[in-house]
Amino acid sequence: MITAEDLHKNYGGTEALKGVGFKVNRGEIFGIIGPDGGGKTTLFRILATLTGADSGRASIGGLDVVRDFGQIRRMIGYMPGRFSLYPDLTVEENLNFYAMVFGTAVADNYNLVRDIYGQIEPFRKRRAGALSGGMKQKLALSCALIHRPKVLMLDEPTTGVDPVSRREFWQMLKKLKEQGMTILVSTPCMDEATLCDRIALMQNGGILSIDTPEKMVAAYPEKLYAARSGNNYRLLETLKARNDIKMCYISGESLRVIFRTEETPKMEGMEIRRMEATVEDCFIYLMQQ
Amino acid sequence: MKQFISFVQKEFRHIFRDRRTMLILIGMPIVQIVLFGFAITTEVRNINVVLLDPAKDRVTRQITEKLAASDYFNIVGIIGNSHETERVLLDGTADMVVAFDERFDEKLYREGKAAVQLIVDATDPNTAITEINYAAQIIRETQMEMSGISPSGQIIPDMRMLYNPQMESAYNFVPGVMGLILMLICAMMTSISIVREKETGTMELLLVSPVKPPCIILSKAVPYLVISCANMITILLMAVFVLQVPFAGSVAWMAAISLLYILVCLSLGLLISTLVKTQVAAMLISGVLLMMPALLLSGMIYPVENMPKILESVSSIIPARWYIASVKKLMIQGLEISCVWKEFIILLFMAVFLLAVSIKKFKLRLQ
Repeated sequence: MITAEDLHKNYGGTEALKGVGFKVNRGEIFGIIGPDGGGKTTLFRILATLTGADSGRASIGGLDVVRDFGQIRRMIGYMPGRFSLYPDLTVEENLNFYAMVFGTAVADNYNLVRDIYGQIEPFRKRRAGALSGGMKQKLALSCALIHRPKVLMLDEPTTGVDPVSRREFWQMLKKLKEQGMTILVSTPCMDEATLCDRIALMQNGGILSIDTPEKMVAAYPEKLYAARSGNNYRLLETLKARNDIKMCYISGESLRVIFRTEETPKMEGMEIRRMEATVEDCFIYLMQQ
Repeated sequence: MKQFISFVQKEFRHIFRDRRTMLILIGMPIVQIVLFGFAITTEVRNINVVLLDPAKDRVTRQITEKLAASDYFNIVGIIGNSHETERVLLDGTADMVVAFDERFDEKLYREGKAAVQLIVDATDPNTAITEINYAAQIIRETQMEMSGISPSGQIIPDMRMLYNPQMESAYNFVPGVMGLILMLICAMMTSISIVREKETGTMELLLVSPVKPPCIILSKAVPYLVISCANMITILLMAVFVLQVPFAGSVAWMAAISLLYILVCLSLGLLISTLVKTQVAAMLISGVLLMMPALLLSGMIYPVENMPKILESVSSIIPARWYIASVKKLMIQGLEISCVWKEFIILLFMAVFLLAVSIKKFKLRLQ
């Protein structure tokens, strides 16, 4: 449904994209996972026909993003990273306006947005600027969906949204996917990666790896251990000083360690256990290579 | 068409919901007219006069009475000798000292001339000249009235101020304020409203929509066009009924040239919005590059004819100059449209040029 081939883009002297290519199948949730400044937004803008790539090609549903941008604009729903609705218009007015802009009416596609918009409908007379972060995103999603797009592009939709709304948001995406919509979503949040069908890890304008989250973690080539002690920072320093450690970093409550040797060294006050890699571990491993 | 209407509706909502914008749009014309009409005026009133009148005869008394009777002068005191002149001017008692010759009446009749000295504080030369002129006028008038009795047949120069006999400054400021307000509302507000969408990111969504850019641009311009027209009517009504500026010319042609000028300003606003990325930049550019020249070089405050050649040529690319000139001709002098064809054509050319450039520059994509 979406293909990108060797996309390059420069802003001034900085390379935002260094040859990005991937394919997204019809009806899947494809996640672009990577830290801020990795080129995710640039990629989205190129695919949404907002900006041109310096070289490389991209197409959506077989239509070229440069040549057929007019047709593409009718079939995609795009939700930019920032809250891009009118804060001085009410919830209802925003939705009606975007419906009108895309030449449709709210009533025509109400069943599509009912699940999402239904949650903010009690506040339909409230100005969009006065909504909470989660409600803003629901409204933005409703606006992006109101013209029944075939492809939905969401640039960091869950940034700045509380965990509960975040979970609800992903549930909605799943429902939309079941209705046959192709969804391209970006997030800097590694733990959201498992909610996607397939993911692309993106770093410094390049793609590190593309696979399903399960296969990606299964393909983790090293034995990963989780280590913890009373003082994780001191432990990190001590471990880093040893030469039998291949890699060592802090992740959440514990340290992740990869040893060069088969058996794990015993240390005073250190708890250590074998663990399965997560997407974040894959990302860090690939980043170091 | 439906899209366009909902766009325009949205723009109106933006304007009506922002109190500050509303205040600028509605309050500004009224405040400016009142300020320029009453407070900031080049007319000089309430000139405090101190008399030095050693003669105290029939003629000097008559001149004194005339001065006192006019709106412009208040007789605040009398001094005995010329040494005190400087003191009363310095301590602010007097703006002007009127010093008559000794034996004024006698000299006037016997020698055919008598001197009256008008001494003013000329730290502000414009005011000083105006004060002197007023006083000289009154003295001449008195002399003329008395000339029936006077044997000396002096030739009195007949000076008349055409179109503005009382030299009312409102006549000059009303066209100026109109030029300024329309520029402000059309150019500044339009550019800001477009740039705001760029800044908040909503433009990104509008651009991915199938809506055509001319539709976006036009829908931005329509509300400001409507508001400008309303403002123009307010200004004209206030000018005629509050400031008592006569409306001598044709209303239809006045409306036509104003619409043309509004179009020029709107295209300027659109052009600015295609060049800048932030609201602050839009405000600065329209403020510095549009307002200042419109205020200083348009002939509103300083006559274009008095400018150095280079500034005069700069002023010819300022739309406000041509608009103000044509409003003066059409509205105050009551001339026919044939007298402003030059201004008309220049404004028309500017409108077409600016509109073409800004539509060409409006980007279908982000940078």
